[in-house]
Amino acid sequence: MKFWRTPLDIDQLKIPKGDVHILEERCKGCGFCVEYCPKGVLKLSDKFNSKGYHPPVVIKPGECVNCDLCEMICPDFAIFCLRVEEVNKEVASES
Amino acid sequence: MSTSVEPAVKKEHPMEKILRMDRIPHIWCPTCGLGTVVTALATALDESEIDLNKVAIVSGIGCTGRVAGYMKLDSFHTTHGRAIPFAFGMHVARPDLKTIVFSGDGDLVSIGGNHLIHTARRNADLMVICVNNFIYAMTGGQVAPTTPITAKSSTSPFGNFEHPFNLPLLAASSGAVYVARWTALHIRRLTKAFKEALNKRGFSFVEVIAPCSTLYARRNKLGTGLDLMKFYHDNCVIKHGCDLKEVDIDYQSKIIVGKFVDIEKPTYIDCLNKGYKQVFGDKYKPYGGGDGNNGN
Repeated sequence: MKFWRTPLDIDQLKIPKGDVHILEERCKGCGFCVEYCPKGVLKLSDKFNSKGYHPPVVIKPGECVNCDLCEMICPDFAIFCLRVEEVNKEVASES
Repeated sequence: MSTSVEPAVKKEHPMEKILRMDRIPHIWCPTCGLGTVVTALATALDESEIDLNKVAIVSGIGCTGRVAGYMKLDSFHTTHGRAIPFAFGMHVARPDLKTIVFSGDGDLVSIGGNHLIHTARRNADLMVICVNNFIYAMTGGQVAPTTPITAKSSTSPFGNFEHPFNLPLLAASSGAVYVARWTALHIRRLTKAFKEALNKRGFSFVEVIAPCSTLYARRNKLGTGLDLMKFYHDNCVIKHGCDLKEVDIDYQSKIIVGKFVDIEKPTYIDCLNKGYKQVFGDKYKPYGGGDGNNGN
């Protein structure tokens, strides 16, 4: 990551990791998440959902920083982010 | 990465607890900005930790008027333009509820224009969200009181020639205590504005500029809603506390956004208690749970 000024506590900072979930059937292919993802994680896919729209697809897995911008800007409630640690915790508690 | 843990994870959108999921997917067009504004309001309600049983949402007619049906709150879908009178009645009958009016520009400032200015004048404790898409979207894209000059619509095919309303100026001069304007692109600032408006006592008015792809953008050949979002990105200027006479919106011009007014003023119920207390003295029992001295 490029910093404008190196933070003084850079050794304690941990960049969060997110996990993007796409509810493809609810997507209307507006492309807001693709356009505004600050890390360029998403891309509109070539495949169609049942309504005939192209839902987004994750092209850079592992680069999501869980900023939740896609979740907030999506007008169709079709994409959301979960922190990777939370996901792992949930899996551990369920098993 | 998402494939490794996927099977065990419950795939539920975080907004599902505040939306009526039996009515989703909604009817709004692709690249409409309304869903984004609903997400911002849901996030603001979630983050300000208000008891959702104490929140009521009222909408009028129009694309934005569908919001009351989509949110899992006490909601009211009213007749055209009368969202504010219904909400005002609800507020006076149940002052303990936080009443939110979520409606569009055609509903709130056109047919319901008088209700808006008079409820702002009385400073009723309502939160009004006016989603401005510059057009009557649900009825086919007719010219609205917010359509900028020279913009085309289905009833102004050669371009609109009427002066549009300057909504923040209208609300502030009528007596609103909190006035802000954001676009559907400024989601984090919009969420913050919603949180501030929820915690504000008095008439708070938030104008949200949202893209209408099917009617406004298509008639004016502006591309899709995504192109309008890019336009907001390039042309919005944030000016907090700006002189409200400057915040007019011209066709495809710079849009001034920000928090314009944030003042304190006694609300309608404060003034009611104060006025009756002066007349009747100790015989008068203050209404609305207060001690009747809030307005002093």
